[in-house]
Amino acid sequence: MTADHKDKWYMLTLVGEDQPGIVAHVSAALYEGGCYLGETSMMRLGGNFTIMMMVRYAGTAHGLQEVVGGVAESLGLRLHIDPIQAHLHDHRLPDVRISVYGADRAGILAKVTGALAEAGLDILDLESDVAGTEEEPVYVMHIEGHAAEGIPALESALEIVRNEGIQATLQQVDTLIG
Amino acid sequence: MAVLEILQYPDPRLKQTSRPVERFDDALRRFVTDLEETMRAGPGGVGIAAPQVARFERIVIVDVSVKRGIRQHGRLVLINPEITEWEGMSTGREGCMSVPDYTGNVIRAERIRLAASDEFGERREYEMEGYEARAVQHEIDHLDGLLFLDRLVSKRHDLFRRKTYR
Ligand SMILES: [Zn+2]
Repeated sequence: MTADHKDKWYMLTLVGEDQPGIVAHVSAALYEGGCYLGETSMMRLGGNFTIMMMVRYAGTAHGLQEVVGGVAESLGLRLHIDPIQAHLHDHRLPDVRISVYGADRAGILAKVTGALAEAGLDILDLESDVAGTEEEPVYVMHIEGHAAEGIPALESALEIVRNEGIQATLQQVDTLIG
Repeated sequence: MAVLEILQYPDPRLKQTSRPVERFDDALRRFVTDLEETMRAGPGGVGIAAPQVARFERIVIVDVSVKRGIRQHGRLVLINPEITEWEGMSTGREGCMSVPDYTGNVIRAERIRLAASDEFGERREYEMEGYEARAVQHEIDHLDGLLFLDRLVSKRHDLFRRKTYR
């Protein structure tokens, strides 16, 4: 892959109703337009397909808009482009993984993440889902993060959350390098 | 003594199968010393396999004694290792000196029974579990041309698998 180091990085966001071939069509347009991909996240959220991609491109945001605009429109995707600073090869290692679940109710995410943030958790990755049934929804969340103030502080924070009927488990992530 | 150069993926040699050691001589023991020094020079390395330094023989070193409070055997030189029993499964996060700047979740056996020769050719048997068993499985994979990248599981559906039972 040849790319000029003066190339700029953009965060490209695409959201729309899920349909077959979205990823293939979007990535083909980017490839043919001379783009290079960094880290990406693509997933289906409740029937919508969401894409966030770090894209390296020689031209302007407007130029990139033209590279993907056509395919986005034909797939019914809303497109958003932001210039960003890229920090590749700078992964931070999670040292803790937290799973939370409970009857879904307003404020559960705010409550849990608020308590954890106060106890020094830097979130590196979070995803949550609503399981169960429409009548009795169950909220499920996974977090990977860095315990900036140590694991015991997070355990105390989770203890408070547990007293409110939310199930929470914490596992230390001990990365093996071999 | 020397710190050896570590092959990094996408070097195709990391994907080849290594051959058994036949001669347990001074040359082998000198190599084991260098391999160990190379492992200890890497940041946080708890294991290394000979093919990672371009010697395609079935030699592995593991030492997880830096981890406190776990069952482990200390420094292990495992030559022509063979896992004879596997039990249980667990998911853990792995990285590799041959794959910089990436870590991922891998499923390994929780407990293993293992036969291996030491650097003097004496055959020994080990039972190990948890972190140490994981390290040994990671290193033996290198002898068969496998990287942890070949065994990645999605972190997303790691613990709670979304299924509809009806
Ligand atoms: Zn490795």
